[in-house]
Amino acid sequence: MTSSVPNAPVVELAGITKTFARGDITALDHIDLALHAGEFVSLIGPSGCGKSTLLRIVGDLVEPTSGTVTVNGKSARQARADGDYGIVFQDAVLFDWRTVSKNIALPLELLGWDRERRRERVERMLELVELGGFADHHPWQLSGGMQQRVAIARAFAFEPTLLLMDEPFGALDEMTRDRLNLELLSIWRELRSTVVFVTHSISEAVFLSTRVVVMSPRPGRIAGVVEIDLPALRTVETREDPRFFALVTQVRELLRTRGEHLLPEEEHALMEGSG
Amino acid sequence: MSARGAGRRLREWIPAVVVFVAAVGLWEGLTVALDVQQFLLPRPTSIVSSFWTDRHSLWPAGWYTFKEALGGFALGSVLGVLVASAVARFRRVGSALLPLAVAANAVPVIAFAPIFNAWFNPLSPHSKMAIAGVLCFTPVLVNTLRGLQSASPRQIELMRSYAASDFEIWRRVRVPTALPYVFTALKVASVLAMIGAVVGEYFGGALTALGVIIRSDAQIFQFDTAWAAILVASLLGLTLYGSVAAVERVVVRWSPELRSADR
Repeated sequence: MTSSVPNAPVVELAGITKTFARGDITALDHIDLALHAGEFVSLIGPSGCGKSTLLRIVGDLVEPTSGTVTVNGKSARQARADGDYGIVFQDAVLFDWRTVSKNIALPLELLGWDRERRRERVERMLELVELGGFADHHPWQLSGGMQQRVAIARAFAFEPTLLLMDEPFGALDEMTRDRLNLELLSIWRELRSTVVFVTHSISEAVFLSTRVVVMSPRPGRIAGVVEIDLPALRTVETREDPRFFALVTQVRELLRTRGEHLLPEEEHALMEGSG
Repeated sequence: MSARGAGRRLREWIPAVVVFVAAVGLWEGLTVALDVQQFLLPRPTSIVSSFWTDRHSLWPAGWYTFKEALGGFALGSVLGVLVASAVARFRRVGSALLPLAVAANAVPVIAFAPIFNAWFNPLSPHSKMAIAGVLCFTPVLVNTLRGLQSASPRQIELMRSYAASDFEIWRRVRVPTALPYVFTALKVASVLAMIGAVVGEYFGGALTALGVIIRSDAQIFQFDTAWAAILVASLLGLTLYGSVAAVERVVVRWSPELRSADR
């Protein structure tokens, strides 16, 4: 499912602008960005910077007003039709009428995989997210963190080339969030997808990413890009690494200086989120 | 459901059974103690005894009326679901029709019973089926439509990200979301169907129909028989409601209302 041209970007955004008809609000203003295979890129910024809209434009769930999206050398629409995307939202978006394993199997059913192949893959994914004993449970019988793990298993199950994650851990408590960060990284390392990750939390962005894209609001623009040069294998200790703190500070400074349109409560929320 | 779950559910019924037995006992005791006239309120024992002695006329009459109710229930429910599905496909029609359907739901349809008797042959069961059917139609339509329209936008967005077709989204998201709403409506409809059939018969029907028996026996002061006929109607109504509820428990055991029982 990879592009035929070596080293061609998985995602290429050129001049993406999005205005909303009502009150002609410019949500995104001429965004250029390229993502390469195997990258883990976080989009961070205050509310109203258009990071979720940008994610949806990449996923062909929202149409840009102008500009082009190229995914694996194709249009975003074609990429969606080809099943190149896995998506995880802030809430798990599980189907109550399906068991955990049937939830994970949903995209596989839509892709027309046969029963045996589905069963094998679901089993492997359940193992990967450590939910082996919960295959026949229903979503409402699981905790919030477990539900989000099911959503992650479902998103990775069909090995999409591109994972789009919209604040997937935003609704979870901090301990669960830290644990799921580690789990997500180990799945990502094993399956070698490219990830676009939207978050409010500076420390989460730095901990997970290979690159952090800082956005500023009204209109949404890229304020700066921070390369995360931490060791590839992130562990619990990474969070205590001086380099980690230096990078967190760098991202925070970018948000401060370039996001001058921040409302006080948004700034507060960002600082809280980084804690 | 486990045997233990069944046992627990049975235990949950005990208070209701106790209250029912006490109420019937009180009824019996008071009618005897106060020497209440038969035509005002017959004793439970005389109702039950006439339920048994008149079984050759009452039970077949019950079956006759039950078939009318069942026919109307099936007709109204199937039409309600079909129309709702058609309307849900076209959003604009839906937003125009839903308020009307809600208003229609508030119309006392049973008032049309004599007119239906005039439209169809009053002696045939078809006029009663039509009344029961119309009664069932609107609640099923309104609830099914509401159910089909309450699919979560996130779930639909997720399906779109998988490039799922509209039909796949309908089949895998909209229909399962609507099912609990449909069953709520079917339970209401099952009660309405029996009411429609019996009340329809009050305005004329075959001599072998339950509503006709209730009315004529009440007119000739055979109140214990009339009450026994009402008992038959109640038992059949409960049976229909219980069957729908049983199917519901199997089909949508994941719905928020039912899930606690299975946990």
